[in-house]
Amino acid sequence: MADEALFQFLHSEIIQYVNSVESGESENGRCVSKLESMGFRVGQGLIERFTKDTPRFKDELDFMKFICKDFWTSVFKKQIDNLRTNHQGIYVLQDNKFRLLSQLSSGKQYLEHAPKFLAFTCGLVRGALSNLGVKSIVTAEVSVMPACKFQVMIQKM
Amino acid sequence: MSRQSNRATDSKKMNSELFTLTYGALVTQLCKDYENDEEVNKQLDKMGYNIGVRLIEDFLARSSVGRCHDFRETADVIAKVAFKMYLGITPSVTNWSPAGDEFSLILESNPLVDFVELPDNHSNLVYSSLLCGVLRGALEMVQMAVDVRFAQDTLRGDSVTEIRMKFIKRIEENLPAGDE
Repeated sequence: MADEALFQFLHSEIIQYVNSVESGESENGRCVSKLESMGFRVGQGLIERFTKDTPRFKDELDFMKFICKDFWTSVFKKQIDNLRTNHQGIYVLQDNKFRLLSQLSSGKQYLEHAPKFLAFTCGLVRGALSNLGVKSIVTAEVSVMPACKFQVMIQKM
Repeated sequence: MSRQSNRATDSKKMNSELFTLTYGALVTQLCKDYENDEEVNKQLDKMGYNIGVRLIEDFLARSSVGRCHDFRETADVIAKVAFKMYLGITPSVTNWSPAGDEFSLILESNPLVDFVELPDNHSNLVYSSLLCGVLRGALEMVQMAVDVRFAQDTLRGDSVTEIRMKFIKRIEENLPAGDE
């Protein structure tokens, strides 16, 4: 059973690595998309293992709640603090103390680096939803660390 | 009702799988970025080293282990405390060299390689190279220079995974110039 600290260290190392490989003008963009696609694969795998024995989800809100409670707790040891939706496919997940950001800074320092620390998790959520049969776009925004918001836009097929 | 207990064990399992799957995604990405397996091994080792130099602080803060007096004690702490804390497994310490400066860690199971199979075109890939770097980096921070390598690997057909660790030398604490 791997320890949480180990994952956090690995996550920072991966960001460092991707950063060093992608150097150039659009470096931030490519970094972020590489990290996001890694997260996507991991999210797909994780959700398969986790929901093996859980019953079918009733509706969209049901699995978004699952992501906010069970999924987030498993991965980040806490639940999402606030879930808002417009009931038309857009959900905003607010985490007031996001684990992967708390090591970066508390406040506004290094804000320009925050997207890289959120990209993997965006992919994780998108991957998890994808294997639940839902196509989505997941973005994140942060203004004061370590609080951040993940925005999930469900795409109607 | 049984869903509750499922949830608890699943939660722990999922956490370990998060690390395993993330590591897998990393290795896959490295294989895409680098031409040959040797390069991937080196990169994994380097990343492991960077993790190791930070992990040791986390380890010393969370375990109540004091200074080790000799290499044998170090080996026991690595196997029984560190591996257990971070990977949930306890490898056995065996195959000590007569001089007492080299030993093996035998891992019955390696959490990094759950769900993994090496394809034929990557026969030189030492998948768990990260571990070598972590051990090397962590020990360097406690003044020990060691050489760490995989002697056996279940991914490459062996029955167990064996990590061989050799003590090279003690690293003298570097005082800044001007200190007496």
